Amino acid sequence: MSAAAAPGTPDLSVQALQKNFAGHVAVNDLSFVVQRGSFFSILGPSGCGKTTLLRMIAGFTEPDAGDIVIGGRSMRGVAPNRRPVNMVFQQLALFPMMSVGENVAFGLARRGIPKAERTRRAEAMLERVGLAGAGAKRVDQLSGGQRQRVAIARSMVLEPTLLLLDEPLGALDLKLREHMKIELKQLQAAFGTTFVYITHDQSEALVLSDHVAVMHHGCFEQLGTPQQLYYEPATAFVAGFVGANNRISGRVKSEAGETAAIETPDGWIVMARKTGQVALGDHVEAFVRPEVVTLERDASLLPGGQPQHIGVVQSLLFDGANSAVLLHEERTRFEFRVALPQTGRLADLKVGERVHFSFDPERAICFTGLGGSHG
Amino acid sequence: MAEISDAAAGRAWQRRLILTLLLAPALLWLFALIVLPHVQLALLSLRERVAPHVYQPSVAQFRTFFAEPLYWEVFVRTALMSIVATGLTLLVAFPIAWVITKVARDRASAFLFVVCLIPFWVSETVRALGWLILLRESGVLPAVLVKLGLTAMPVELLYHDATILTGLVYTSLLFMVVPLVSSLESLDNSLIEAAYDLGAGGFATLKNIVIPHAAPGITAGCIVVFMLTLGNYLTPNLLGGKNSQWFTELIYTQFIVRFNWEQGAAFGFLLLGLSTGIVAVGLRLSGQRFVDVMRRS
Repeated sequence: MSAAAAPGTPDLSVQALQKNFAGHVAVNDLSFVVQRGSFFSILGPSGCGKTTLLRMIAGFTEPDAGDIVIGGRSMRGVAPNRRPVNMVFQQLALFPMMSVGENVAFGLARRGIPKAERTRRAEAMLERVGLAGAGAKRVDQLSGGQRQRVAIARSMVLEPTLLLLDEPLGALDLKLREHMKIELKQLQAAFGTTFVYITHDQSEALVLSDHVAVMHHGCFEQLGTPQQLYYEPATAFVAGFVGANNRISGRVKSEAGETAAIETPDGWIVMARKTGQVALGDHVEAFVRPEVVTLERDASLLPGGQPQHIGVVQSLLFDGANSAVLLHEERTRFEFRVALPQTGRLADLKVGERVHFSFDPERAICFTGLGGSHG
Repeated sequence: MAEISDAAAGRAWQRRLILTLLLAPALLWLFALIVLPHVQLALLSLRERVAPHVYQPSVAQFRTFFAEPLYWEVFVRTALMSIVATGLTLLVAFPIAWVITKVARDRASAFLFVVCLIPFWVSETVRALGWLILLRESGVLPAVLVKLGLTAMPVELLYHDATILTGLVYTSLLFMVVPLVSSLESLDNSLIEAAYDLGAGGFATLKNIVIPHAAPGITAGCIVVFMLTLGNYLTPNLLGGKNSQWFTELIYTQFIVRFNWEQGAAFGFLLLGLSTGIVAVGLRLSGQRFVDVMRRS
């Protein structure tokens, strides 16, 4: 596969990559490394530069500065058809003028592999993605999920060092998308090829990836495992973008060790762990995940040692195991989302009911408000 | 019950009447200008004048065509030249259509399209006369060639086959560019990128992706250009002069100069047969179906 590269060489190394479009910075001085065999996702809102980054790796866009090294080889001046990289396009881009088998064999034909051999290899690849015998079908005879698999087979048959995926699940409906997520992860594990996946859907990135980079304004805000992104976001943007979060803006009123008391403009005070440079009087953003909050009808049942708050139920958001309740803090009417216990306890809450809630300040975090204005 | 079905029948009848009325102008046009003259021509071509105002059924006109080498040769020459002109038009128009659809950005592409269109604001006669000014012995291009020292004396650039072909390609260009643009526009750029990504070069992408996708547009353009070229009278006549030997000129001569309407009508039918035959062969060779081609373009 990448036999030429020495063991331990990362499959992809991006070095100080820069790309500007008419005065607007799409990718800004970006460097990162993707280890062999890993599933790497780049997560970001539309317009963050992730598509430009992917197209530079594929070779469709020339970087202004910096280098891309794939399997130990610099890609500077290497045309897309000569890179050890294949791409699964957003709209899949299967060739409608060819059969499924011809689609998969297309790349092999370009390498001059004889017809009998490439038909055999295309058939074998289709079998690996669970489409045995579909070679003679037309592309439009396949379902959305099957096309997805053909697009992956068409790239994987060339045994690339790196497979790039440009939001390939975006065109599918929700049910199929959930199913394809699992399939993609299994395919990647089975092939052992390095996947670089871009998406704006945080759930796709978290479920699929070994490592995720959160991209914003052409830079990586944070690069880490899905767990790190979720539990230890490095910036306010990441905290707001990855997973559901209650965002509370205010000023630091007092400090006690690692925690700060934050007062909202309306005078509600919450406690949160400080991240980075946070000083008294700073404007900060605090984030509290809905599932770290404990909810009780009776205040005495709340865990001891946590600041207690009172809320009024505004609406019940039933979604099976992800059910939540939307509260207004009693005095300031600050909107706050709390996850309901999965045991079904408190499932009988009524709109307008008065409830007590609290959370561990260690599990809430705050950042200075600088640079966290988006998301 | 009976009333309801009566009303339904009435509505159906009404709908049919409206459809007939809407189609009437087209049907009338087809009948009056295409079917009727051709019936007349068919009758003319199949009779022979034996004495003043005395005619009898005959295939003498068709026999003359096959017996007289000049007619026969002009017929074949017109067909071959038209095929060459169609091929050249395709070769010139394809890069133009490619630039308009895939290379130029929105405004530039609209501008290029207008540039292709502008020559068609003036009549074909004036355009052909423009070529005369450029190419005749005392014209612009021969003078430039002398200035550049490429020729010692001004050369006559008119009245060559190459001149006729140039004029025909120029006249037909728009009719090839339009269907090509519309078929290339519908080609998703990511298909081209995907082909590159899978290791194809420019030629392999053109052959495997672009041409198969654009095939209906290419075929439609070729049919239109071929028919226009085969039936063209003005351009071969003006640019080719007496040497042009275009089949439409023979028809003109028979009808207008010789007053031999019977012979002219027979030639007309032979030309119709020729164009139909070559288009049918072309469709067969390219594996396209006429209905699909016309729907796609």
